[in-house]
Amino acid sequence: MEVSTIIAGFGGQGILFAGKVLAEAALLEGREVLWIPSYGPEMRGGTASCTVIIADKLIGSPIVDRADHAVVLNPPSMAKYAPMVAVGGLLVVNTTLIEAEPGRGDIELLEVPCTALAKSAGDDKLVSVVALGALVGRRRFVEPETVHRALAIILGDRHADMITLDTAAFDAGYEAGLEQVIA
Amino acid sequence: MTVVDQPAGARPHLLASPSGTGEVDPPPDRVLMKGNEAIAEAAVAAGCDAYFGYPITPQAELLEWMARRMPEEGRVFVQAESELAAINMALGASAAGARVLVSSSSPGISLMAEAMSYMAGSRLPVVLVNVMRGGPGLGSIGAAQGDYLQATKGHGHGDYKVPVLAPSSISEAIDLVRDSFILAERYRTPVILLADGILGQAMEPVAPTFQRLEKSTPDWILEGAAGRPPRVLKSLHLQPEALEEHDLALQAVYERIAANEQRWAGEQLDDAEIVLVAYGTAARVARTAVERARAEGMPAGLFRPITLWPYPAQALRDAARGARAVLAVEMSAGQMVEDVRLALEGAVPVYHHGRMGGMVPSPDGVVDAMRQAWAMSQESGR
Repeated sequence: MEVSTIIAGFGGQGILFAGKVLAEAALLEGREVLWIPSYGPEMRGGTASCTVIIADKLIGSPIVDRADHAVVLNPPSMAKYAPMVAVGGLLVVNTTLIEAEPGRGDIELLEVPCTALAKSAGDDKLVSVVALGALVGRRRFVEPETVHRALAIILGDRHADMITLDTAAFDAGYEAGLEQVIA
Repeated sequence: MTVVDQPAGARPHLLASPSGTGEVDPPPDRVLMKGNEAIAEAAVAAGCDAYFGYPITPQAELLEWMARRMPEEGRVFVQAESELAAINMALGASAAGARVLVSSSSPGISLMAEAMSYMAGSRLPVVLVNVMRGGPGLGSIGAAQGDYLQATKGHGHGDYKVPVLAPSSISEAIDLVRDSFILAERYRTPVILLADGILGQAMEPVAPTFQRLEKSTPDWILEGAAGRPPRVLKSLHLQPEALEEHDLALQAVYERIAANEQRWAGEQLDDAEIVLVAYGTAARVARTAVERARAEGMPAGLFRPITLWPYPAQALRDAARGARAVLAVEMSAGQMVEDVRLALEGAVPVYHHGRMGGMVPSPDGVVDAMRQAWAMSQESGR
């Protein structure tokens, strides 16, 4: 099994951080994992993305051309990454900032007002963590408890004061991901 | 897609070349590390005495890691005023017996070519890490493999070669840093570790198998001549007779390296009718392409050279024996494919698929290229 996730949005939305948390969770579960950030000119233009591949065997291509999951947090990311989702894959859309439709019916769509939920949880910078929660809630390819542990590890002693807030943001997103399964 | 109607015939099962330095069982605890950081820490752990560098994307984290770790260990870290200065500092430190690491990315590596030639001529060990980016010129900061010919066919001027090791994962990069120091000191030669921007920037779990290397005091280093005749380290031999003698001695070293230090790995080669040849990040893409091709019924395999010089030519010949087509996959216009053709000597049709400038082949793009190569090899009557 190999699962690829692309997370994309503005710089400052915590994109790389959310990807690292997901990668750490995979590591804690004893899986193979590869995390790669965008570091090219697009990053210098103010947008950010990262790819996380989780597998139970040696990971092949770091370049993802059929993403199992894409999490898009701003309109340019929607335009760029919606076409890259594999058939049957999941697209998580931050509806607080994105009005556009993906324009395809062969993928699963999970619409979550991530920025609004992040604000309610305490800080709109938590938007990526909310979105990660929604993704894990819907597809559960890592365990939510492992993500809690990963959050604490990545935030570490230096940002220990953020652990409660980040965990709450993840849980809010997780609930949002679950609710739409029931609906 | 063409249906295979004929088995490839029995071929040796290629898992990996003999390991140069012995296998170590990975301990269970793994940590996530960036490639650049893992390469740097592996050098610190191996006992690197001195690091010289100058910042450039996409290898900057390597220099940053050394800036913090080398002073912690009481060792030498210098961010030089330029790449030229850094490599010439390395020359001096190596002559004085230090275990030296230098790193940069493509344009910076070009600046170091002159001193690398001097070090090869003077038989000074150094490990040079090239985290390749797009070129030519200042190019882009995207991952590329356009420096293959530069690394394997000389780099600087004159009749010399250096061992070139190409990791395709971060844990392999850690092992190859250590092996690079071993080779550099075993043969008194510069060694290039050839990585790319993706390997430098990605994070993967690594087992902290960082190991210290024992170090002897060689009998050639310049450490003060009190009580003994002075030693001389130089690349200048004005008399052609003397220089040819020196060059012949160098060539004898290269022959020993070529005979003893070839390394490679293979995947799914036993029944492969189409053999991909790729190294580094391109080999990772090729691995996924092989899986997708096999899911479609195309019997594909992957041959992955780990030493780019010396090129594992005989192993590639064995791997491709009976194959219908060989496809080199590179992040370049087609550089390693020249060595593939030299190795196979026309025995199997050789094709190439590459992207340039910081673009990386996609797995589906490679599968398409495999289908085309397959069709062309059928048309050419094979």
